[in-house]
Amino acid sequence: MAKYYDVIIVGGGPAGLSAAYSASLNGAKDILILERDAEVGGILQQCIHNGFGLHHFKEELTGPGYAQRCYELIQDDPHVEIMTDTMVLEVRENHTVLAVNPKYGLMELHSKTVILTMGCRERTRGAIRTPGYRPAGVYTAGAAQRMVNIEGYIPGKKIVILGSGDIGLIMARRMTLEGCKVQAVLEISPYSNGLTRNMVQCLDDYGIPLYLSHTITDLKGKGRLDGITAAKVDENMRPIPGTEFNIECDTLLLSVGLIPENELSRDLGLDLHPLTNGPVVDQHRETSIPGIFAAGNVVHVHDLVDFVSEEAEIAGKYAAITAAKTAAGQMDPPAEDIPVEPGNGIRTCVPQHIAKTSNGEDVKLFMRVTNPMRNVRLELRNRNKVIVSKRLLVAKPSEMLAVELPAEKEQALRGILHVAVCEEV
Amino acid sequence: MAIEKKRLNCIVCPMGCEINIELTDGKITKIEGNTCKRGEMYSKEELTAPRRMLTSSVRIKNGMLPLLPVVSSSAIPKDRILDCAEALRGIVAEAPVRAGDVIMPNILGLGVDMVASRDMER
Amino acid sequence: MSKKADVVIIGGGITGCAILYQLAKYDLKCVLLEKEPDIAAGTTKANSAILHAGFDAKPGSLKAKMNVKGNALYHDLKDELDLDIKWTGSVVAATTEVEMTTVKELLERGRGNGVTGLEIWDGDKIREHYPTLSPDIKGGLWAPTAGICCPFGTAIAFAENAVMNGAEIYRDCGVTSFNISDGRIVSVETAKGCFKAKVFINAAGLRADDIARLAGDDSFNIKPRKGEYILFDKSAAQQMTDGIIFPAPSKNSKGILVCATFDGNVFIGPDANDQDDKENTKVTYEGMDGLMAAARKLLPEIPVRSAITEFAGLRAVSDNGDFILGKSDKVPNLVHAAGIQSPGLTSAPAIGEYIADIVVKELEAEPNTDYVSGRPARNVFHTADNAQRAAMIAKNPLYGRVICRCETITEGEIVDAIKRPCGATTVDGVKRRTRAGMGRCQGGFCGPKVIHILARELHIPVSEVRKDRLDGVMYYDKDWKDGGNV
Repeated sequence: MAKYYDVIIVGGGPAGLSAAYSASLNGAKDILILERDAEVGGILQQCIHNGFGLHHFKEELTGPGYAQRCYELIQDDPHVEIMTDTMVLEVRENHTVLAVNPKYGLMELHSKTVILTMGCRERTRGAIRTPGYRPAGVYTAGAAQRMVNIEGYIPGKKIVILGSGDIGLIMARRMTLEGCKVQAVLEISPYSNGLTRNMVQCLDDYGIPLYLSHTITDLKGKGRLDGITAAKVDENMRPIPGTEFNIECDTLLLSVGLIPENELSRDLGLDLHPLTNGPVVDQHRETSIPGIFAAGNVVHVHDLVDFVSEEAEIAGKYAAITAAKTAAGQMDPPAEDIPVEPGNGIRTCVPQHIAKTSNGEDVKLFMRVTNPMRNVRLELRNRNKVIVSKRLLVAKPSEMLAVELPAEKEQALRGILHVAVCEEV
Repeated sequence: MAIEKKRLNCIVCPMGCEINIELTDGKITKIEGNTCKRGEMYSKEELTAPRRMLTSSVRIKNGMLPLLPVVSSSAIPKDRILDCAEALRGIVAEAPVRAGDVIMPNILGLGVDMVASRDMER
Repeated sequence: MSKKADVVIIGGGITGCAILYQLAKYDLKCVLLEKEPDIAAGTTKANSAILHAGFDAKPGSLKAKMNVKGNALYHDLKDELDLDIKWTGSVVAATTEVEMTTVKELLERGRGNGVTGLEIWDGDKIREHYPTLSPDIKGGLWAPTAGICCPFGTAIAFAENAVMNGAEIYRDCGVTSFNISDGRIVSVETAKGCFKAKVFINAAGLRADDIARLAGDDSFNIKPRKGEYILFDKSAAQQMTDGIIFPAPSKNSKGILVCATFDGNVFIGPDANDQDDKENTKVTYEGMDGLMAAARKLLPEIPVRSAITEFAGLRAVSDNGDFILGKSDKVPNLVHAAGIQSPGLTSAPAIGEYIADIVVKELEAEPNTDYVSGRPARNVFHTADNAQRAAMIAKNPLYGRVICRCETITEGEIVDAIKRPCGATTVDGVKRRTRAGMGRCQGGFCGPKVIHILARELHIPVSEVRKDRLDGVMYYDKDWKDGGNV
């Protein structure tokens, strides 16, 4: 008879590894991680810089170091099986997973629960509609990062980076350390989209100029890139004629945003959120289909892997609990559902709704603000009362905020939970 | 009495605290805005002898991957970072390697080792 | 030492490949020269990919004749060469009474050209078939014989069959000069040496006038006319269309259309702008804005965020706007297949026959008795059912390793694409043959893997793997201190 897993995890990056660890810790016995790459760890393997793990492992680690820590937690766990070099083609509503690899061919795998941890992908040149030629020498920052840090090749010698997200900033430093010249980083927003520490240690340290409110209006070079034209943009992010200037370069790296990778989720028919581009989840990271969970960058793009692990551990735990209940033939009565509604200053919030339970657990809400702000209060309101309030010295769209809703307050929720930012008085 | 004010963005952790420092006659008399002790230490060091962690990758013989990521065992003087990166371009490790193994001891005599940041099997 | 052939074809676009395909049926030694690293890399890779019904061209023109005949020939070629074609039919949609008049003219013209099945539909009937279209559409022309195809896949299919039948294709092989004696071409000098032949065929697309001039024939000019496109993700298809929706045509072009691709993406485009530079394939803000505005007249809701790439193609426009087919008046052993703009893709099989006919008569060629039809079977994982997939993997485990996750393309398919006749040698060559990198991540994930597979299969260093063009390498070796020798 075919094996009947408790939990199948789609993707062996930090979310998948942390979910497996937590599922095992919470009693799941047959856990399977399916990973498309040759080894687990996901994008962390190419993020060779440090700065990971301060929250989760209380220690500063490199990306590969963080991946290894996550792996070590399950490495000798008899309940966790890992299948690398394996692509998931389909996830079905009944928790069956269709996967393929060169060794076993096509596999139909059956499980009580599934956790989706596919991560995210980079936005491309097409998505941002950059004019000009389409020569070699234009790469997403992450693709170039893989070539530089894992394969050992460089994309070019004179580099321009479009977008000041963290990957762009990290790559600015990386290329400099590899002996290349980074000519400029261009950012279309009037503010940077990366962590402050990366602005300092990746750009300022090496005197790399950052042009805010700038974009690229032309790519030159037919075979290989040989330069770009940059221009200042107006408040509608349209180039201002007359502000153009040329920058010589053989390489353009794009760091223009990440999108949760939800092709499997879409095919499966999960409810997806239009702003996060990820599945709508409750506080247990259960999606709109019972027994299907999601965690990490597939739900919403994080800036810290530590929060990815934290979220994945929640998903792992509740997948294990659900698997145990399924095995015992238990069914939870439907819980009262509390929608979480982002209000003033909040762009997105995960979870999008809270299934009221009596498990006595605090609920942590993760959110992003709409624009940079200082000295504000983050408030959770229910039935016109502020139930949680947190003072924030600084809030930026690039840095995810977290706030705890204590269990007893969760129990008292009625109607809608509003999340908003207001001026500190 | 000459009072000078400086502003720093702390890089110790992803919080990125904005720290305001007051110097009186060149001596630090006030540090504000940091949310932890490490921020204070960072500020002092950043104004006197700034240091940075270095991460890079070196070639590895017989490894399952062609490159091995490495990290400095502690921070390196900021003005020597590029020299150290250059020095690493001449290094070839050999698999198998364990995370934490020293790959280049005492890089450029700075008293800092470059160590493997992950295991690398053959 | 020069290489000898009976026929040299200059240019490996859809036209050159279709001619080569026809000539390979004869007992002739045929050589095709392509200046780029791959065939189908010019106009053939950036166009609307439509097999036109044939109501557009002026009655009596070569365009009209070749279009209608080419369209008919594709119906047989689809099976013979396993071409990616869907016979979707097309609609020309009119939003004003003036445009309705144009549509009625097209109907008459189409009937004159011998196009079958044309009908005038009212707005409601159009929206019944294409519910996403604008309520402003008053009516239009339905042409059931139109279809969509994969243009580079079609050119490659022609080339594969020809190579199987002994034709030779030299890529990275630009023409530098002709050796002329008594007004006849004796041989052609290229980046890969000298080629002697009895007949030379000019299928050089945008460069056809330059090639003609090089041989001493200055009887025509080719002007590039640029068309920009925006391509949308497959997930947008439902909101957009699964058909071919033209606006009423203008003087210069068939207008900016909303059109499905064979693989289920949707594009809007092309506009039409005359250029001087034959390599100006730049996309522009003005162009992209113009496409959006024009397309909204047909399809009010354009899912802007689903755009995955923008590109531009150049049409090769002759002085009189018609195709130039036949022997040069100046150089007796030079045959032109020039000025091939729309409906050039549709016309290609007919042009192939037409030109081959001239050559066969000239050289009194006999049929190739060893001729084999078709081409090697393609193993396509993403369209196979699960039983077929399992069988593919059982035969070769590389079909079990997915390299391109957006389009579900396996390593086995990529290796096949490299090893097939006239196989891929570049990253874009792999993309055009397999679709690896065509999806929403545009090669972000699979790009590095495809580069490694190309390097491995072609026995070249990674730093020599190119994207598409001659000088378009992708990655360089790192600056290791000891020159990289471990």
